[in-house]
Amino acid sequence: MTLLRIRGLSVGYRTRHGIVDGARDVDLDVSEGEIVALVGESGSGKTTTAHSILQMLPPAAIVRSGSVRLEGRDLLTLSERQLRAVRGARVAHVPQDPGTSLDPLRRIGPQVAEVLRIHGLASRREAAGEAVELLRAAGLDRPETRARQYPHQLSGGMRQRVLVAIALAALPRLVVADEPTSALDVTVQKKVLDHLSGLVREHGTSVLLITHDLAVAAERADRVVVMREGRVVESGPGSQVLDRPQHAYTRQLIADDPSLTVAHRGRRPSDGGTAPRPLLEVSGLRKEFRAGARGAAPVVAVDDVSLTVARGRTLAIVGESGSGKSTTARLVLRLERPDAGTVVLDGTDVTALRGRELRAVRQRLQYVYQNPFASLDPRQSVGDIVSEPLRAFGLLDSAAQRRARANELVDRVALPGSVLARRPAELSGGQRQRVAIARALALGPELVVCDEPVSALDVTVQAQILRLLVTLQEESGLSYLFISHDLAVVRSIADDVLVMQAGRVVERGTVDAIFESPQHDYTRELLSSIPLHGRVR
Amino acid sequence: MSELDLVPPPAGPDLLDRPSPTSATDADQPRGTRPRSHPLLRPTSLLALLVVLLVVLAAMAPGLFAHASPYDSDFAHKLQAPGGSHWFGTDQLGRDVFSRVVHGTSLTLRATLVAVAIAFGVGATLGLLAGYLRGLVDTVVMRFVDILLAIPSLLLALAVVTALGPGTIKVAVAVGVSSVATFARITRAEVLRVRSSDFVEAATVIGLRRSAVLARHVLPNAAGPAVALATLELGTAIIAVSSLSFLGFGAPLPQPEWGSLVAEGRDYLATAWWLAAMPCSVIVAVVLSANRISRAVGKTGRR
Repeated sequence: MTLLRIRGLSVGYRTRHGIVDGARDVDLDVSEGEIVALVGESGSGKTTTAHSILQMLPPAAIVRSGSVRLEGRDLLTLSERQLRAVRGARVAHVPQDPGTSLDPLRRIGPQVAEVLRIHGLASRREAAGEAVELLRAAGLDRPETRARQYPHQLSGGMRQRVLVAIALAALPRLVVADEPTSALDVTVQKKVLDHLSGLVREHGTSVLLITHDLAVAAERADRVVVMREGRVVESGPGSQVLDRPQHAYTRQLIADDPSLTVAHRGRRPSDGGTAPRPLLEVSGLRKEFRAGARGAAPVVAVDDVSLTVARGRTLAIVGESGSGKSTTARLVLRLERPDAGTVVLDGTDVTALRGRELRAVRQRLQYVYQNPFASLDPRQSVGDIVSEPLRAFGLLDSAAQRRARANELVDRVALPGSVLARRPAELSGGQRQRVAIARALALGPELVVCDEPVSALDVTVQAQILRLLVTLQEESGLSYLFISHDLAVVRSIADDVLVMQAGRVVERGTVDAIFESPQHDYTRELLSSIPLHGRVR
Repeated sequence: MSELDLVPPPAGPDLLDRPSPTSATDADQPRGTRPRSHPLLRPTSLLALLVVLLVVLAAMAPGLFAHASPYDSDFAHKLQAPGGSHWFGTDQLGRDVFSRVVHGTSLTLRATLVAVAIAFGVGATLGLLAGYLRGLVDTVVMRFVDILLAIPSLLLALAVVTALGPGTIKVAVAVGVSSVATFARITRAEVLRVRSSDFVEAATVIGLRRSAVLARHVLPNAAGPAVALATLELGTAIIAVSSLSFLGFGAPLPQPEWGSLVAEGRDYLATAWWLAAMPCSVIVAVVLSANRISRAVGKTGRR
């Protein structure tokens, strides 16, 4: 029995440059009780499709043709008033960002109860009690307390559970979940998804799961629909799409997804202590942050962290948000001052350096940021960005020399020379990250610290950037300190891994040791949160 | 600057990362919103530009517009109403009012520009230092700014000019000082926003000195609102300068400043309205034009 039937849906967006297609001739079916995953990269039209179902498209969108039939009724022809009876009651929506999707000024309980009251499913008095039950069903601990709290008092995972509770409150026939977990840590993601699938199986609700992550889709959904450039390019049962992809694009997605395809970089034996000393030696690093009222106990962000990075090798620091991995990176880079511990770069203690000496260290130690949209000065041209480090150190005096070097640098990161005259806003995310890498390489550093360098990028772009990092390492013997929350990414790039939790190192070892025989419980939990872990070897 | 939204990835051989978004091919579909003309090219803006252009020309070469001398008296033709030979009429000494207004332009305009330059220069510098250095400097500078803001600006300008004594440049300094505070505040807010961005930190990581980071990354990215404010301040400064000159703090008579022209004409309001009305209309026209242009410039920045 088909619950949702989309036929020939085409949606365009009005822009200053004319109309840009969002979705083109999309056909999509969701049966009763079925979980269908809609997979695609940013701009593939998956969100456009999802929003047309609920008629929540932005004002610039125009539906050009097609029908969206829910239980036989075309939602596109309904009036706003008729739609209100459908939204929440027949079709519910789990939004992407739990941080902004709840009203910050209202307590959790009333926000859940509101759905019941709007659709006349409970009186004012009953609603409060039912809201608590819904929160309990959504897997929140102490639901009575939670119902009296405000959104900011809950963690991201708890807020997402509240949104799930709101979506399921009126027992809708269809839940549209738009990237419901992409803002969450992997372990939380797993719990929320487990819970969502449990609840929908219990009530026989259908789910349309929008995600950029093919592995999550294949693990959770009965059927996977792959979209690209507004069109559906492939659909079928999850296992079939993964094992026998028909479309070249799906094959590329599978190949580029680090949790589906392990890009083995070849086991590289450690140098076995032949080198006189490691490039970077960090010991006993500690950093506290004072937060809140005066006199409150400081938060220990990094607690007794020691690590070494050998020349030409990659050490990955893995952990969830708040584990102190980024702070460790910033302490190594001397962007923060450690409260205790030492950072020794190639035999020189750089912990206490400042001014001129610290600047000299910068030549050997570079940083690639997570967000390539924020780390490049929007007013500079790419040429200026890439050659600025050279000017800072007065290397290559003539402008012609600097231009030549800038050309060479963008060439190394596989960008055409024509980008030199462009500004960052004219480049895509992946291209910007390449520019940021080129800038980091300008001074010929020995160690590059990469803080989540690919987490803001689509999978295929992510794979390209990771390959670029590996190539650069092989060419010039760079060492990387690679910060990531994504174990799958780490497996494809690192030699050694350090697992951090709550500011402490809980496990360390070679990448094989960590993945094949994890010792610490937390490491095991992280590993089991990789979608389809164990399926791919 | 905020145009991240709909900038298409550039076409060309360099699309390594992603395919370009589907292009609009359908000529039969309704077009998007009608392309609007540039804000500076709308009729009112063009009129405003014309007024400002004439005023600037008059300041640089008054001889182009006024042939009569602004100083020579002609008692035979005193207090004549505006007409063919004297566009703005003549004053109690028979001097040509139009000629006096035209020659007064350079004095008034110079005072205005100096005032805005002082307000912008001092204010932006204070804001930049406070926002970038933070700590004690920030506290001291911003409390000083708070004190300045607590005093009404014309009152402050009056106090300063009383201390300095009369004169065109002194009036300009007084007016400039009185609007330092707003520039300092707006610049500090922008600097705080910019200095916490990744690209500023990235500039430190690649080894730039603090001064270079400030000059090359923080300043250009934080300057926008202060520049917009400066254009808006031009109009306000003309009024303030004219007010002080009206009160007699400007250039000594018989030099014609717009404000002192109005002051002279005040005594003859009942019998010879044009003495005060003509310079007043010029002030109003110029101030309105300056505001109109500053709004258009502000809109351009946001497009």
